[in-house]
Amino acid sequence: MTVTLLFLALLMGAVVWWLLKQSINVQPWVAHAHAQDVHGGVFPRQPATTALVVFLAVATSLFALFISAYAMRIRYLDWSPLPQPRLLTLNTAILIMASIAMEWTAFAAHRGDRPGVRRGLAVAGALTLGFVSGQLVVWKQLSDAGFPLATSAATAFFYLLTAVHGLHVLGGLVAWSRTLVRAWGGATADRLRLGVQLCAIYWHFLLVVWLVLLAVLVSNDIGLAICSSTVSL
Amino acid sequence: MPTYVAHDESDYAPPTEVAEVELYHPKTFIGKYVWSQDAKVIAIQYAVTAIAIGLVALVLSWLMRLQLGFPNRFAFINPSNYLQFVSMHGMIMVVYLLTALFLGGFGNYLIPLMIGARDMVFPYVNMLSYWVYLFAVLLLVASFFVPGGPTGAGWTLYPPQAILDGTPGASWGIILMLVSLAFFIIGFTMGGLNYVVTVLQARARGMTMMRLPLTIWGIFMATILALLAFPALFVSAIMMILDLTLGTSFFMPAIVSKGQALSHDGGSPVLFQHLFWFFGHPEVYIVALPAFGIVSDLISTHARKNIFGYRMMVWAIVAIGGLSFIVWAHHMYVSGMNPYFGFFFATTTLIIAIPTAIKVYNWVLTLWRGDIHFSVPMLFAIGFIFTFVNGGLTGLFLGNVVVDLPLSDTMFVVAHFHMVMAIAPILVVFGAIYHWYPKITGRMLDDTLGRIHFWITFVGSYAIYYPMHYLGFMGVPRRYYAIGGTNFIPESAQSLNAAITIAALVVGVAQLLFLYNLVRSYYKGKPSGGNPWNATSLEWMTPETPPTHGNFGKDLPVVYRWAYDFSVPGVRHDFIPQNVPPSDVPTGGWVKS
Repeated sequence: MTVTLLFLALLMGAVVWWLLKQSINVQPWVAHAHAQDVHGGVFPRQPATTALVVFLAVATSLFALFISAYAMRIRYLDWSPLPQPRLLTLNTAILIMASIAMEWTAFAAHRGDRPGVRRGLAVAGALTLGFVSGQLVVWKQLSDAGFPLATSAATAFFYLLTAVHGLHVLGGLVAWSRTLVRAWGGATADRLRLGVQLCAIYWHFLLVVWLVLLAVLVSNDIGLAICSSTVSL
Repeated sequence: MPTYVAHDESDYAPPTEVAEVELYHPKTFIGKYVWSQDAKVIAIQYAVTAIAIGLVALVLSWLMRLQLGFPNRFAFINPSNYLQFVSMHGMIMVVYLLTALFLGGFGNYLIPLMIGARDMVFPYVNMLSYWVYLFAVLLLVASFFVPGGPTGAGWTLYPPQAILDGTPGASWGIILMLVSLAFFIIGFTMGGLNYVVTVLQARARGMTMMRLPLTIWGIFMATILALLAFPALFVSAIMMILDLTLGTSFFMPAIVSKGQALSHDGGSPVLFQHLFWFFGHPEVYIVALPAFGIVSDLISTHARKNIFGYRMMVWAIVAIGGLSFIVWAHHMYVSGMNPYFGFFFATTTLIIAIPTAIKVYNWVLTLWRGDIHFSVPMLFAIGFIFTFVNGGLTGLFLGNVVVDLPLSDTMFVVAHFHMVMAIAPILVVFGAIYHWYPKITGRMLDDTLGRIHFWITFVGSYAIYYPMHYLGFMGVPRRYYAIGGTNFIPESAQSLNAAITIAALVVGVAQLLFLYNLVRSYYKGKPSGGNPWNATSLEWMTPETPPTHGNFGKDLPVVYRWAYDFSVPGVRHDFIPQNVPPSDVPTGGWVKS
């Protein structure tokens, strides 16, 4: 649970910091003649962006808990590591490129370059689909090599964690397809920029999550180093 | 000025005026009451569904009590049934009733109205949230009708027994339960995102975070807890489904069942307990924090006095929320953990009593020298304080490892958690319904019926749970279908059990009075007007009662003050609504209102 607790500690730190900003030197019981005299009511951020940030916190909590469970299990003596499919390296490279393509698209949207946005979205989407199919091939390879789901704890966790990550990628593709419709349809530049921006944030998040998962799943050394140096809760 | 459109994500500054066309407008009956995107209608849908399934759980508790009070008198209760009643009663009450009612019901109704917004920021997702919740409830109900019936694994669903042959519902019931929970969590996450973002981004002008009514603070923090804690239940549900269906061994150790070695190997049942309670303990506060918030507002309004220590109340809510994540293993003292961890978790458990005690003191100090109106909501609020303190104190007992070990599997624990997280929050639910029903329907609930309902419920629940503490001290075990002949349990324990059952039946039947009151007052209640309690917060300031779609008519309210300006010296009335500017406050001669 250390991983999850670390994440929650960071999050609570942020909440406390934010609340301090809200409440230091504020006297709630004082009425003001003008609503404008106090902050509040006008926000620099759009609701959808806030919603995405909150959702990412929820998703991080989910992955942190999966990794916590994995961390508790990996310390058992009967842990038998998996073979390491080489294809995972390629998949990772593809996901990194997808993330870069998304960022490039976000720049294009910022410039108001609609053809650029369309190209960028198409490339990012294709790369992401490539990543998902690559992951499926990895599953097939592992399964053919005699490591189906229920072989050992290591295989079970490998399939489970890649599946959960893959489902989040697919969910991202749903948002991506809606943005695609916007890019080809008559959406205003503002709406398009927002959609692309949110996609880019989500893609970077998925990339970071995948890199962490890869580190703990494939590299048993790293996995053990992360997971067994911690207190055994 | 950009216009704020409730169901659009591209604008963000709430203007004072919203053009008519930009709100979602239902055109048909179905659009208005069934596939509605109006948070107020969704709130009613949530509340009605939650109360309906809660009544099922109430009946289950009667059946359970009948067996305990009058063992083997009723042929239709066998050991399997009994375990199923216990399990389903617990899970329904905790998750499907209380969580859904406080956050889905009160959250949806009160958040937009109290912060001065027209609706949630994502009404479509909000609607989806309810329908996913309803689907989860239907899956749960379906488990009563599948072969083998619902799961009888206890509400904690501990593996390996939850999915082993021999436990009631181990084939179908448990799968439906886990899938239903997964859907509940998905639906809740949709709603929860809405609540958090709405509170953060859709507040009226002048409504700073430190001017929010404490109800909103409680619901807001509880939603954050739920968003972060429910994933733990989700993770464990998914992993258990895989163990059950695809033969993985996340939680299943090598095990011999009915003389046959199963194919599972190497899983860890304790891992499940960690995940479950990592959700399970914050869940207590997911239910308690909205109750804390609501009760603060009820007490302040009905005692005509500003809440004592507003900022401290907010910090206490946040502190409780943070601490609730590091106490989970106090539910697992009996799982054979390292004693040092037990020490750690006992310490954190005792620390969490500090912010909680701050809240209790502040409620009492709010009542101190207040102009207390003993209206029905106030009775329930005061009843809550007593009950919560009682349940909380036994929590301090159980938080200590040496006390917990002998008491853990006894009725003492049942008494403790029912006092603190069943009776206490449900008293707040009742108080809140009596308080806000006039806003929801435009009519008052009947006062006399309300008082009868309160006294039977309050005294009755003490008649149920106080004796249970004694049973626990005697060592009467919980979860047992029948105790049988044992040396250490005297004959009199049985008469006590029978008395408890009678009290439980009476309290249960008394709730029919409440349901009757709800229905009757809807048609025949006294018209309430817009602000029957002379309250200050924005939901009482709507131009129409019940509020129409869009809540505030043409102009959104502007907020000049906090929600607790009661009995301000030198002011004509004993309350100043949040949207009254200082220049408009009538001064001079006190008029008692």
